[in-house]
Amino acid sequence: MNFAFSEEQEELRRSVRRFLEDKSPATEVRRLMETTDGYDPKVWSQMANELGLQSLHIPEAYGGQGFSFVELVVVLEEMGRALLCAPFFSSVCLAGNAVLNAGTDEQKSALLPGIAAGETIGTLAFTEPSGKWDANGITMEAAPDGSGGYTLDGTKMFVLDGHVADLIVVAARAAGTGGTEGISFFTVPGDSAGLTRTALPTMDQTRKQAKLEFSGVKASLLGEAGAGWAALSKTLDQVAVCLAAEQVGGAQKCLDMAVEYAKVRIQFGRPIGSFQAIKHKCADMLLEVESSKSAAYYAGWAAAEDNDELPVVASLAKSYCSEAYFHAAAENIQIHGGIGFTWEHDAHLYFKRAKSSEILFGDPTYHRELLAQRIGI
Amino acid sequence: MDFRDTPEEAAFRDEVRTWLSEHLVGEFARIGGGRGTADEEFWDIRMEWERKLGAAGWIGLSWPEEYGGRGATFGQQAIFNEEYVKANAPGRITFFGEGLLGPTLVAMGTEAQKQRFLPPILKATELWCQGYSEPDAGSDLANVKTKAVLDGDEWVITGQKVWTTFAHHADWCFVITRTDFGAPAHQGISYILVPMKQPGVTYRPLRQMTGAGEFNEVFFDEARTPADMVVGEVNGGWKTAMTTLGFERGTAFLSMQLAFEREWRTVAEVARKNGSADDPVIRDRLAKAYAGVRIMAYNGMRMQTALAKSGKVGPEASIGKLYWSNWHRNLGELAMDILGPSGQIVPAAGDGEYVLDDMQRSYMFSRSETIYAGSSEIQRNIIGERVLGLPREPR
Repeated sequence: MNFAFSEEQEELRRSVRRFLEDKSPATEVRRLMETTDGYDPKVWSQMANELGLQSLHIPEAYGGQGFSFVELVVVLEEMGRALLCAPFFSSVCLAGNAVLNAGTDEQKSALLPGIAAGETIGTLAFTEPSGKWDANGITMEAAPDGSGGYTLDGTKMFVLDGHVADLIVVAARAAGTGGTEGISFFTVPGDSAGLTRTALPTMDQTRKQAKLEFSGVKASLLGEAGAGWAALSKTLDQVAVCLAAEQVGGAQKCLDMAVEYAKVRIQFGRPIGSFQAIKHKCADMLLEVESSKSAAYYAGWAAAEDNDELPVVASLAKSYCSEAYFHAAAENIQIHGGIGFTWEHDAHLYFKRAKSSEILFGDPTYHRELLAQRIGI
Repeated sequence: MDFRDTPEEAAFRDEVRTWLSEHLVGEFARIGGGRGTADEEFWDIRMEWERKLGAAGWIGLSWPEEYGGRGATFGQQAIFNEEYVKANAPGRITFFGEGLLGPTLVAMGTEAQKQRFLPPILKATELWCQGYSEPDAGSDLANVKTKAVLDGDEWVITGQKVWTTFAHHADWCFVITRTDFGAPAHQGISYILVPMKQPGVTYRPLRQMTGAGEFNEVFFDEARTPADMVVGEVNGGWKTAMTTLGFERGTAFLSMQLAFEREWRTVAEVARKNGSADDPVIRDRLAKAYAGVRIMAYNGMRMQTALAKSGKVGPEASIGKLYWSNWHRNLGELAMDILGPSGQIVPAAGDGEYVLDDMQRSYMFSRSETIYAGSSEIQRNIIGERVLGLPREPR
């Protein structure tokens, strides 16, 4: 048994942190969050060309480097810490994994090298206006067009970076099916005829969302018709792990900010961190941050191994890390007092990211219900 | 990162399993692991089992070979603990010697102390108790008033200790005493080993809220012990006491996680049977408790890896005691909510005694766990000051 990152993985962490400190400081986060596209194409290219981040966990056969989810977890943790504004999560974690799980060998060879090179920005459109994260949330129907293709009609909502994606992986179902039956994946180019993309103003401005309206949009089947649920379910488990890793990075940053401030802010003639009321808050935050790391790292390993534990630990990690991040972000504001409530201070950026991440792909209550089912309660 | 056994670990696991399957039979197997450290039931059988463990070399597994241990790695110790709990073997009663005093002596004892005291711990022929808290020294442990005065070649000890588990069984007690009343609180303390079976030592059981009396008050009235029974420096006992507490709060509890997970399963089973598992709020709490106990395991594994690599533990270790004691307390509350009115009825004991069942006892006993070995508030101070580097409270 060995529950630690290797020296190479630690080196990866250091280089990603250095890169993000340079390319994604708070000033850049604030600049990009005010834009519609929400990312800097130059930095996006550097991420791909200099650090190879987009290609990290994609197999070598498809233009990737063949590392595992353990490395991906390290990278995502750093991105969460830096509040990186970029479609990495959408392209690599959502579209990349969906294609890996659902696609035929030929489709993977066609789609993944572009994602790995950062030349294609992908995303996954599966949620609809109901905001449900499960199979029942998918009501969009795919109609065969009689010549081997399909057409899609309906609306997908809360699609991460949907307005800038070149490749949209869509989950839709065959007419007359329900639940987990009849679900298929399709791919649609972002500039397809009949597709209307609207950027949604997001409370968390550091992660962009879009509404995608499909009106007779031509789509190509990805993988096997009607058998998409297994691949989607697995993708959602992997995505939960990825999000948990991001949350760990954000939560650690909130703890760091709170502790730093508690050491220097003087009230009643002493640093506020010397008061137990503040000290104990910080201690509880540390407990939750460290526990989040244990959960997210373990889940990353289960995802890397692709073992039977993944569904259980994915929901476990997502539910725990979501609450830990939100708690850390909220306490960070409280410990900062009035200054923490201002627009100028970065505390609100983390507070907003913590809430959006908590809700994305299922909130803690949703994931604990999944967990309960998965452990046989 | 890899959670599978290495070939060496797998071989060791096999050895443990084989021994347990051959020896954990008959009355030993019937007791089960549900009995807590301090539980009085089946005392003689449990002592006999401890001696079997000792004879087979399973006590003090990770102690150095020169002191009779097997020099096992932390990983091997963890494997032993894991298999032990999985086999539902009897709850251990040699914790104070094996888990606390032994490691303290290995780290800080004189050669003579090691030779004298370590072998009987390893064979389970001498039992220890811990003389720390006093009526006026709880969280403020450095306020101890129990006095030790050197009289020729013996220490003479007078004072009172409280919350002493096993005082009535123990042969020896490690006592923190005040040996310099003029010095600042932390600098006048000595850590002294005192024989319990002598006229100057009396004890009285303290009946606790569970109805049982595992803890005792211990009175030292000119009790005597040889001058060379000080561990660490005379007046430097605070350091020794903290070394022991480090073991108590850190690694000694690693093995509890599996027992907690077993407890969770029992509670979940009750919820399934009585239908409360259909209640969304109960389902949520059960899932949360499950996540909590698994994360306890993951935290433990990170700590073990850090220990194996560097001999030092990281920040995840300092949170251990705060984490598990809160988790267990919450599980007890969940268990009572799941049981509903039937949980409020004490099992019929013919003689009218107040005897709780396992879940009720765990629910009650867990209230002590956020208090003993450093209350949760003290743990938060330690985390805040020593891990996060926050300034101390002005004194």
